[in-house]
Amino acid sequence: MRRVVVTGMGIACPLGVGVEPVWQRLINGNSGIGAITDFDASDLPCKVAGQMPPGTRADGGFTLGEWVGVKDQKKMDRFIQLGMVAATEAMEDSGWVPQTEEDRYAAGVMIGSGIGGLQTIYEASVLVHEGKARRLSPFFIPSALVNLVSGNVSIKFGLKGPNHSAVTACATGVHAIGDAARLIALGDADIMLAGGAEAAVCALGIAGFCASRALSTGFNDRPQAASRPWDKDRDGFVMGEGSGVVFLEEYEHAKARGAKIYAEIAGYGMSGDAHHITAPADHHDGAFRAMKAALKSGGLVPGDIQYINAHGTSTPMGDDLELEAVENLFGDAARGVAMSSTKSATGHLLGAAGAIEAVFSILAIRDGVAPPTLNLDEPSRASVIDRVAHTAQRRTIDVVLSNSFGFGGTNASILFRKAH
Amino acid sequence: MSEVADKVKKIVVEHLGVDEAKVTPEASFIDDLGADSLDTVELVMAFEEAFGVEIPEDAAEKITTVKDAIDYIEKQKAE
Repeated sequence: MRRVVVTGMGIACPLGVGVEPVWQRLINGNSGIGAITDFDASDLPCKVAGQMPPGTRADGGFTLGEWVGVKDQKKMDRFIQLGMVAATEAMEDSGWVPQTEEDRYAAGVMIGSGIGGLQTIYEASVLVHEGKARRLSPFFIPSALVNLVSGNVSIKFGLKGPNHSAVTACATGVHAIGDAARLIALGDADIMLAGGAEAAVCALGIAGFCASRALSTGFNDRPQAASRPWDKDRDGFVMGEGSGVVFLEEYEHAKARGAKIYAEIAGYGMSGDAHHITAPADHHDGAFRAMKAALKSGGLVPGDIQYINAHGTSTPMGDDLELEAVENLFGDAARGVAMSSTKSATGHLLGAAGAIEAVFSILAIRDGVAPPTLNLDEPSRASVIDRVAHTAQRRTIDVVLSNSFGFGGTNASILFRKAH
Repeated sequence: MSEVADKVKKIVVEHLGVDEAKVTPEASFIDDLGADSLDTVELVMAFEEAFGVEIPEDAAEKITTVKDAIDYIEKQKAE
């Protein structure tokens, strides 16, 4: 199998727009969570979320017009718009520009979403309900479809290779990057833009996850304390919006053009729980097997890993089960590893979570820094694993494991390694 | 310029994101103003909404320039 490396990255999330400003804010312990302001949440039990911060690109903030032209804006639900931001950054960061038609055939896209154009579907439903079906925009369907991030990105950059999209709820980002890396490894493409995009911070999205009892409701007066993975007072996840995209490239291809190489994809594993539609299996057996499969695919052992970017969403059940699964897998090696949940600062970006966390994992390797778990005042479960409470830690990091688990009992783990 | 022409021009500028100077009466939505077939469907819907007229599909297909749109709407309004 061919080797696959990361040679470009892009991110748009509640901490900002742009890899460097977002990373700085993350390791400084800033939070992107706040009271919901994008719509009226007064009727909803959860009134906090991670929303895109205003501001210009130069200041690490989000202004849609800097990324998507006026004419295209109404053809794209917000999740597509945010996907365009991260994909454009990753393209620019890679420094790669296709020269020939052959170059284009060998470059593909796999950017997924957990949900797709939820707000667009909501608005269209209201029109139809009001008897105005004929007023539906011709762009309704292409604006709502999950795979239209990949579609729009391919059109913008002329990428004519595999055009694909993962949809596995909150595991989407890892599945997209892992599957895209395999396409390169198997020779279907030399380059893949891969990741996830999500924009479900809307009334329907918040109400829906409230209904499934997944969101935090006890911190409406203290939004920045709401996402608190492993802490004894945690009461559900906080939703975030945004996108992460990595530029994946076959190793020899990257070397030949003198690309800067951030990291190598060092392993990838998947599993299914076959247990429950929303709850993890006992002992998070699915997570255990996904991590184990990732190690096996990369020929690595737990002792090779210095940092774990956990799924750690801040739900009462999931956090401790993931911790237990890691402890079970790592055995004695658990003592030396750091594991944090960056969702404490960004919120849970559902289908984009694994993608922004891939960016964080790679930057952890680049800078030798484990980002912190905010609000971890008192763990509900003791562990030998250092969960990087409150402040970032300087560490030598060669290999990172990143986990993402989704409704439906789908689990994915990916390994990144310093490129040697 | 008539009130209808003014309003049509404004809608075209807004929906296609083009420079106002380019929206001449002869300008073709697809050939000159960068619209695709879905853009034209949306434009016609915007005209219907703004002027309170109904533009059936066979008539919509014949509206390819700014002038076509103005003429059709003015005729509808006069009837």
